[in-house]
Amino acid sequence: MTWVTACKLDDIEQEGAIRFDHGGRTFAIYRGPDDSVYCTAGLCTHEAIHLADGLVMDFEVECPKHSGAFDYRTGEALRLPACENLKTYPAEVIDGEVRVALG
Amino acid sequence: MDGIVIIGAGECGTRAAFALREAGYRGSVTLVGAEPHLPYERPPLSKPMNGAVQMKLICAKDALEAAGIDYLSGVSASKLDAGAGTVTLSDGRVRRYEKLLLATGARPRRLGCPGAERALDFRTHADAETVFSNVAAGQSVAIIGGGLIGMELAAVLRGKNVSVDVIEAAPKPLGRAVPARFAEKLHARHAAEGVRFHLGRGVVAVGDEGVTLTDGTLVPADLVVGAIGVLPETALAEAAGLAVDNGILTDSRLRTSVPNVFAAGDCAAVAQPAGGHIRHESWRNARAQAETAARNIAGAAETFAAIPWFWSDQYDLGLQVAGLPRPAHQSVVRPVAGGELAFYLDDGRLAAAAGLGIGNSLAKDIRLAEMLIAAGISPSPAALADPGVNLKVLLKSARAA
Repeated sequence: MTWVTACKLDDIEQEGAIRFDHGGRTFAIYRGPDDSVYCTAGLCTHEAIHLADGLVMDFEVECPKHSGAFDYRTGEALRLPACENLKTYPAEVIDGEVRVALG
Repeated sequence: MDGIVIIGAGECGTRAAFALREAGYRGSVTLVGAEPHLPYERPPLSKPMNGAVQMKLICAKDALEAAGIDYLSGVSASKLDAGAGTVTLSDGRVRRYEKLLLATGARPRRLGCPGAERALDFRTHADAETVFSNVAAGQSVAIIGGGLIGMELAAVLRGKNVSVDVIEAAPKPLGRAVPARFAEKLHARHAAEGVRFHLGRGVVAVGDEGVTLTDGTLVPADLVVGAIGVLPETALAEAAGLAVDNGILTDSRLRTSVPNVFAAGDCAAVAQPAGGHIRHESWRNARAQAETAARNIAGAAETFAAIPWFWSDQYDLGLQVAGLPRPAHQSVVRPVAGGELAFYLDDGRLAAAAGLGIGNSLAKDIRLAEMLIAAGISPSPAALADPGVNLKVLLKSARAA
């Protein structure tokens, strides 16, 4: 597993998300209401829409276009039209920096 | 058990079929669609990928089978006998129903001038294939109608280096559904992208050379597309004696004027708490009404109360509107990175919001605004105007209060 430094924790709003592009792929990195961090595939599984543009509430992110929703901790699809789970990747904060393992 | 029959397999009818199962309905569900394909999404039609019109299915064939939905494609309903509880299909079959959902949608409004048949529609997958397969870079397209569909198509065609003229009878484009300040910004962007506008003029004729306008101007075009709005598909309901007035009239629970027949989506004009009926033409509305209708068909007694919402993508700009902005509302503008939000207050209460920005950058703000509208709160105009005030904080404090 290769860990990549993605951003600083402060780059992400609390209860928010940012887009992170790496190695030709796109990801979304989330900061939970408790400052925990998570990483998922960047695009909604329903249509290729960047989830980081969507609203984050608690541990849920909602697609900005069709309102499909996911639990970003587990990638579980919570609401239609999203029905396929999101891939998730390990994420951690070390010295204020967010690292993700993109495997 | 005669089961549920759904007429129309667009976004609304298809969603309703699945929502019936989600609501626990176990009887037979028949979904009747006039088009030959599996149910598909319409928004991607205007966005061809690698030169081909997308066919994005709403659901795979397996999903229909797994849910026990009997899907009849290429079939329409030719007669409804609400007294007998039967519907006659175009292939001659007569189906009895326990309850019926009319999700018949809408069809493009046609021009009434000579040569009108030369103007292509833009509604179905087949329409999109006809338009995109008949136009190439360097050619010219005249779009009659400066509404959302016409302007979205104009943006896509400009992206393909097709020359575009937009003809609109009103003095400004996008006058119907889009708040004036955003309509003006989009209009300006189209003009900057090279779209030529012919405003405040009607169409006299469509011919070989192009479109002749009421002032005598000829707009030359290789291809003409008619995008002057849609009409609700009400013929079946009307012939069966259902109440119809710019849509199949329903009560707040989406029941039509006859027992056991419901209507939802583009074809339905739904009773409003303040009186009158409203018909919406959006993807979200089609799904939301489908879900309410399905639950009510399965035995619930829900009032349809979703806040209207739609988006429109033009070039790299994304417009989103939640609620119904009215000229009489007090409007409050908030500048944001890459765009602008506007909030519409009705006697102090937040009634609607709209935003125009790059891509989906304003989507989360509009979603929060929608939640603020649903919460029925009256935020201070100063807070709404201040980009430093997080709407999520406003929502949370309103919910805590």
